[in-house]
Amino acid sequence: MISEILQTLPQVLVDGLTLGAIYAVIALGYTMVYGILELINFAHGEIFMTGAFVGVAVLFFMSGAGWLAVMPAILALLIVLVVTSLVTGVLGMGIERVAYRPLRKAPKLITLISAIGVSFLLQDIVRFITEWKRGNYIVTGPQLFDSKIGLDFSSIWSHFNDAILKTSSVILLVSAILMMIGLDFFVNKSKWGMAMRSVAQDRDTAALMGINVNKVISLTFFIGSALGGATGVLFAMQYGTINPYIGFILGLKAFTAAVLGGIGNIRGAMFGGLLLGVLEMFASANLQKLTGGVFTAEYKDVFAFGILIIVLIFKPEGLFGKAVTEKV
Amino acid sequence: MSILAVSNLTKKFGGLTAVNGVDITVQKESITAVIGPNGAGKTTFFNLVTGVYQPDNGNVQLGSTSLVGLKPHEISRHGIARTFQNIRLFSNITVLENVMVGLHNHLKGGIFGTLLQTPSVRREEKRAKEEAYEWLEYVGLGSLLNEEAKNLPYGAQRRLEIARALATKPKLLLLDEPAAGMNPRETRELTEFIHRMREELNLTIVLIEHDMKLVMEISEQIFVLDHGVKIAEGKPEEIRNNVNVIEAYLGKSAVTGA
Repeated sequence: MISEILQTLPQVLVDGLTLGAIYAVIALGYTMVYGILELINFAHGEIFMTGAFVGVAVLFFMSGAGWLAVMPAILALLIVLVVTSLVTGVLGMGIERVAYRPLRKAPKLITLISAIGVSFLLQDIVRFITEWKRGNYIVTGPQLFDSKIGLDFSSIWSHFNDAILKTSSVILLVSAILMMIGLDFFVNKSKWGMAMRSVAQDRDTAALMGINVNKVISLTFFIGSALGGATGVLFAMQYGTINPYIGFILGLKAFTAAVLGGIGNIRGAMFGGLLLGVLEMFASANLQKLTGGVFTAEYKDVFAFGILIIVLIFKPEGLFGKAVTEKV
Repeated sequence: MSILAVSNLTKKFGGLTAVNGVDITVQKESITAVIGPNGAGKTTFFNLVTGVYQPDNGNVQLGSTSLVGLKPHEISRHGIARTFQNIRLFSNITVLENVMVGLHNHLKGGIFGTLLQTPSVRREEKRAKEEAYEWLEYVGLGSLLNEEAKNLPYGAQRRLEIARALATKPKLLLLDEPAAGMNPRETRELTEFIHRMREELNLTIVLIEHDMKLVMEISEQIFVLDHGVKIAEGKPEEIRNNVNVIEAYLGKSAVTGA
């Protein structure tokens, strides 16, 4: 059994990291907003989904105009990513302005309900527009990258099987890593990142030091949503078919990843996302073997979330979170 | 010449009038103290001046601009900075970064310049680091720049709050109980430091303080609040002998001798 698991390990890692990278970037959006407002922005999964649809719409437009045929795929992707990030970034900022800011002084629960409302609203708006334009709300977009790369893991260690890597996975991983490094740098080194961290720690004091708190909060939503939207595009490229409901379960898992890493902690979200992706893929490949056929691959979430519960029992603040000690 | 003119300032919290029709004028480059028993409305007065609260009535005038209705960050931009009675540092970031937050408004880099990391933004961020370090040196914390703020000893945290406030380049600095919890030697150092700041930075300083030795030694003008009302103002020797003030602190019997 061990050898069977070892054989599939390279493929599990490749697929797990790809999926995990998606979780990780979406988790960033949850964790940033939580860090600054202590709000679980449940609409964030829908921002991701909207990003996927906007991206596909831009691709359809570009292929309709005949541009896709004449430009290199990577340039097309770059254009789609930039356009989508801007659209979802502004969308996220607008949601904060309309649905959260008026509730800033209300109890957190009220804002949370507002977030859930926005989330349903986005699902149905996207569904409505897609059905209206294309006649069906399940869409398969044009594929920019369909080649595959064989990874010769067996030559590294004979117990390994070879793994297959889609080009789109490579692009997804590279883009996700660039986004994460960029964000980490922005938050830790720049003036605006510093402002974000100060607002996260003490909003009133930050304002008294001359920081425009509303602007910083808008910026946080813009960046989180832009990253979420871009991830939606990458998701659509990787998995082909999208529908308006993909944001729900993916958002939930990304949120889980953020909690696993320690909510409010940016590096924790990245790590939590990757870990959850790998765990899920590992379960999907091996659960049947591990349990002698009692549980099949469909129970992968049970396995991944079981581990989550165990981690949280022993480390409730998450893997990277700091334990909050109340001063008496 | 006056720099801060507060007139008829009033703030109510429910049935309690925390600040009631207060008039205060602060002279440019002076050191002014606001004193009074606990609950007299001193900190509320600071909160009204810095925009944390909006007054129910009255006016706050900095130079020729009215500050009423402005948000705290706008008031900071007009040149008022403050420290807090109970220290409010950004405790989980470094000492240097705390000061850099204070510099925020003096850095020109916009959001997009920052996202694109243009060379001018990078140069500016490097300069900001150096400037923040200079402020740390100024308050004597240069060697602690990479510590997390929460790990500093108490006295150092107080000085860091001042450094952060100075980084916003204020004209008017409000110190809320700067000597609280300090021993006599630290208080003496603080007195010298407040004088030095005024001389070297052309600052106007207003402080709330309970340490009467410090207040009498340092202030050129003193305002006394009690139950939200200004009961006296004047030079230290005038305040020392003011009947209303003695009554507010010690009760009526101390005055009548009954």
